[in-house]
Amino acid sequence: MTKKTNTEDYLRMYRQMVRIRTFEDNANKLYLSAKMPGLTHMYSGEEAVAVGICEALKVTDKITSTHRGHGHCVAKGAAFREMFCELLGKEEGYCRGKGGSMHIADQSNGNLGANAIVGGSMGIATGAAFTARLLGKEDVTVCFFGDGATAQGLMYEVMNMAALWHLPVIYACENNGYSEYTRTEEIAAGSICARAEAFGIEAHQVDGQDVLAVNALTRTLVERARKGEGPFFLELMTYRYHGHHVGDINREYYRSKDEEKDWKDNRDPIIRFRSWLVEEGIAGEDEIEAMNEEIKADATAAVEYALAARYPDVSEVDMHVYTDVTHALARSPA
Amino acid sequence: MRQITLSQAVNEALAEEMRRDERVFIIGEDVAEAGTPFKVLSGLVEEFGTARVVDTPIAEPGFMGLAVGAAMTGTRPVVDLMFGDFIYLIMDQLCNQAAKTHYMSGGKLNVPLVLRTNLGATRRSAAQHSQSLHALVAHIPGLKVAMPSSAYEAKGLMKTAIRDDNPVVIFEDKLMYNDKAPVPEEEFLIPFGAANIKREGRDITLIGTSSMVQVCEAAADLLAQEGISAEVIDPRTIVPLDEATLLASARKTSRVIVVDEGHQSYGVTGEIASRINEQAFYHLDAPVLRMGAMDVPVPFSPALEDITVPTPEGVAAQARKLMAGEMIHAAE
Repeated sequence: MTKKTNTEDYLRMYRQMVRIRTFEDNANKLYLSAKMPGLTHMYSGEEAVAVGICEALKVTDKITSTHRGHGHCVAKGAAFREMFCELLGKEEGYCRGKGGSMHIADQSNGNLGANAIVGGSMGIATGAAFTARLLGKEDVTVCFFGDGATAQGLMYEVMNMAALWHLPVIYACENNGYSEYTRTEEIAAGSICARAEAFGIEAHQVDGQDVLAVNALTRTLVERARKGEGPFFLELMTYRYHGHHVGDINREYYRSKDEEKDWKDNRDPIIRFRSWLVEEGIAGEDEIEAMNEEIKADATAAVEYALAARYPDVSEVDMHVYTDVTHALARSPA
Repeated sequence: MRQITLSQAVNEALAEEMRRDERVFIIGEDVAEAGTPFKVLSGLVEEFGTARVVDTPIAEPGFMGLAVGAAMTGTRPVVDLMFGDFIYLIMDQLCNQAAKTHYMSGGKLNVPLVLRTNLGATRRSAAQHSQSLHALVAHIPGLKVAMPSSAYEAKGLMKTAIRDDNPVVIFEDKLMYNDKAPVPEEEFLIPFGAANIKREGRDITLIGTSSMVQVCEAAADLLAQEGISAEVIDPRTIVPLDEATLLASARKTSRVIVVDEGHQSYGVTGEIASRINEQAFYHLDAPVLRMGAMDVPVPFSPALEDITVPTPEGVAAQARKLMAGEMIHAAE
């Protein structure tokens, strides 16, 4: 890799992390101003995980995402406009407004979808890897899930099969310290990595606030997975800045404000990477500020567009139930 | 025409489709060398290899979930669920994932997957290996549900299911695997949503699913001896349901009994009876009757098990009551 390409890669990683943070800031505002139906789960604080991993993937590689999935979606290449439209239930959303925040999928970039069942996509990710092997494709699949999902039995069933069959899948556990409103050490006995190792799966614990560390490790593992050396397991130590969901405001009963402040002030993945870019002379402060402003403007424009966009026509309610039936509830002539 | 068993019919359907389309594979417990406990898949691994006839650990949610992801990314899995009773284990992957993916993605993702499993009591297997749970999945929008009533249907419906781009659940009656029926040598498919009028009749309509079609035919034989002409209809798929054929028959005969081996309460019989009541009420001379399995867990003892499911004698007895007008004031 030439230095020039490296520079582009670094700037792209920074840009993608800021895009995620900016997207989430806007989504939070939409919720707080009651402009968004339902609720959503913020990815802010975990950006280095999604970006470090997705920047190691090709467009044709697959990911499965979670209820806290906006970061994965952006990192895998999605556009703001279609994402905000989906969050607001609009016709031009990635899923025509039928999925919303918790089910956003973008198959054009290999995102097989967020999943509102904790751990629910572990089988899907493993199956996508199975497809690659059966059809002789090079695709690697990354399965994102949180520490909370490590309590689900499905994970152990599919890791067993993936290990037996050497499937090209990387299980990426985003350990943000909390399983909903409960500290991870209260729900996870022993070591999370050791659980994967028990199946003979190579497992790594990595600082999930360090985008370069995440990216470097993932690049190596993705290439090895393509050669049939998978599966792999990553435990990415990270932190969610917001509550479990946007409505989880008063959370001192399960974690302190001091703890939140410490992560935000001292371990923020964007601040850390920005300092590094400047120190290494890869980008100047002006350039970075200009990039931040451009992303903010993009997000503002996308939000405005989405707010003004059309809802799907009510006739769509029984469309897409089956692939071969336009309207599922249209009765056959009696 | 040659006669083959239901088991051979399923085997042929799978082999033909696997030869035609290399994306089709079978996955489940003991499907390869063992060919399943019912030996339905014998010989397939020899032809297609272990890459496409895939033995799994005993982990139903795991291999079901894997199949959903495989289907979403370009293959066409046939999932083998050894007993229909295990469907409870895979409910999240089947009903929350497979059934909803196409809808939740606004039509962008497809799950072309077949889940083949079974139903049927009276095999002395007790409450956890004898259930008929098709109503559970028929309740979920996004799934199609096929219920073959003979080797002929088993083959034709399986081939259609494999070519369908939606998740399809096929329930075979595990007591019928060795039953023979005429099945053409040449290729054929049976479309979904097309009921089969097994026998035309004038006085009463008997709608049966799966092995209950045989029960209805036997009941029709008994009734014929008494001069009662029963029409027997096999819907073949309950999702989609061929309402038009059922309604036309109800309007013609004006009396209907719906027979199905699932539990009677909140079941398939109630659903079909309701649709007929709603759309053919003024053509009816009697209430539409439901005959499902008793609302009890399936008992082990033969003395108890045999009385939990509809029988030809039972169906004929109810038909006689309908003919005699005895059920009109049944509510009193």
